[in-house]
Amino acid sequence: MPLELRDFEVDDYGRREGLWTLNFGPQHPATHTTLRLLLTLDGEEVVDAEPDIGFLHSGFEKLGEALDYNQYVTIVDRMNYISPMANEIAWHHAVETLLDIELTPRCKYIRTIFAELMRIHDHLLCVGASVLDLGGVTAFMYAFNERERIYEICERVTGQRFHTSYTRVGGLMFDITDDGIEMIRSFVNGFDKAYADIDRLVTRNRIFIERTRGVGVLSKEAAISGGATGPVARASGVTRDLRRDEPYLAYNDLEFDVICCRDGDCYARYLVRMLELKESIKIIRQALENLPSGPIFAPGTGKEALPEKREVYQSIEGLIHHFEQIMPNRQLSSERGSIYAATESPNGELGYYLVGDGSFKAYRARTRPPSLIHFALFPQLIRGCMLSDVVAVLGSLNIIAAELDR
Amino acid sequence: MTLTAKWQERLDALLPDEARRWSEFRGQCRLIVSRDRLATTMSTLRDKCSMDMLIDVTAVDLLEYQGAKDRFEVVYCLLNTESGERLTVSVYLNEPELTVPSMYSLWKSADWLEREAYDMFGIRFENHPNLKRLLLPEQFASYPLRKDYPMQGRGERHNFPVVTRAQS
Repeated sequence: MPLELRDFEVDDYGRREGLWTLNFGPQHPATHTTLRLLLTLDGEEVVDAEPDIGFLHSGFEKLGEALDYNQYVTIVDRMNYISPMANEIAWHHAVETLLDIELTPRCKYIRTIFAELMRIHDHLLCVGASVLDLGGVTAFMYAFNERERIYEICERVTGQRFHTSYTRVGGLMFDITDDGIEMIRSFVNGFDKAYADIDRLVTRNRIFIERTRGVGVLSKEAAISGGATGPVARASGVTRDLRRDEPYLAYNDLEFDVICCRDGDCYARYLVRMLELKESIKIIRQALENLPSGPIFAPGTGKEALPEKREVYQSIEGLIHHFEQIMPNRQLSSERGSIYAATESPNGELGYYLVGDGSFKAYRARTRPPSLIHFALFPQLIRGCMLSDVVAVLGSLNIIAAELDR
Repeated sequence: MTLTAKWQERLDALLPDEARRWSEFRGQCRLIVSRDRLATTMSTLRDKCSMDMLIDVTAVDLLEYQGAKDRFEVVYCLLNTESGERLTVSVYLNEPELTVPSMYSLWKSADWLEREAYDMFGIRFENHPNLKRLLLPEQFASYPLRKDYPMQGRGERHNFPVVTRAQS
């Protein structure tokens, strides 16, 4: 029984007259980053939208075959650049699944804290930018003020504000210090005020509600068939959250709620993201309270994990171990096999399909980017809406072109 | 019973197929089917086993993989959103028949995922509504993620036709 073309819906808008095409071009302040939409309009109503992507395609997947598992984390950082450490955590989660490495409790908790900080980082931007696109500049400034504090935390802990490259196979680059923990704690304590500022300004704002309620509705069936995950799917009623369904890192020990909505419109997606901010703060608080002490790299992990810097500089075994790990002609081998491993990144299910061929480089490092899947849903969301709704829907989907195009 | 044995039993009861093979690695189950049985197997998985989400469609070029007997492997990652079960389905392809039936009529997420696999590897998906290049420009002549395409490219970027203001 072959799958036949007659199963597909056929557009008959070609018979309508007076349609005009608008190029919502790659350079536009309201398309977050470089993506292009060819809109076919009937007056102000959008009849069809054809996305054209690939402006930021940089061959990341080809690079994945040339760089080893520790080097590729720098590339992975640059995919969803709004929440860089979330990508690193997802990548090394996949690599550690392939190489069958178990992390130490301290490493798990630190990675969890940063995954949630990155979730706050991403949701603040998405909420801020989507409100900015509709004209509300103040909420955008409030959100970005908080994000600046997260950049400072990243700088204190990892040395880099933005593309941190903090995780390594089996651990982290170096341990977090006490002043880093203090900074995170003061951020968490000061967050409620900023959240209240944005919330009071936007959530019951008449203009915002009129522009986002009922706009860009994604039904539950369309979300599942279209492969939507993360806040976009949860706002449509798909109650899946990888932190609860396939717990990784320290999520098994932490208590949090999964936020879902039934409506599936832009307002629902906004609400899901806002409430997830509160849940993330809850998770970080619990993780900070229960942060275990101990090493970052599991001792006796096998030769895949890098030794601690103190060992490298002060003992001959550490130096030899480090040399064996880093030098390309001496790296130790891994198993052959392929896996798919995903984490709940702020945008959705960020998964990596890794094929290992026994060396320390991936044979195939495929990224399953949530932005690509969500942008493919865009034409069906926008049909029948007005031109000004294009911006509202695009903002609510949180499309990041670097992840879209890789 | 292992995960693979459970899947094997379940699928053998619904759709017998002697050419089917199973493998398991790191607790993840993989089903290997032949290209002719792919369409029926995927329909059965969606309709009878409730694998209602297609997470990813990708391809692997096995040209430099030691011990590989075929050239390309097309991989589908499936998910059951109710129970959380995952399954990976693989099909092996060889030149010159690099075609696979499209999964668009079963899962809409296959649309752009298959376009990207076509763009990067040159694998054609039969009955796909719009099989055009997705990420690369339309005039691009090669399939970059194949192993015989060099990482630095073949000068396409250097020779890309530029439209001047006078021409446009």
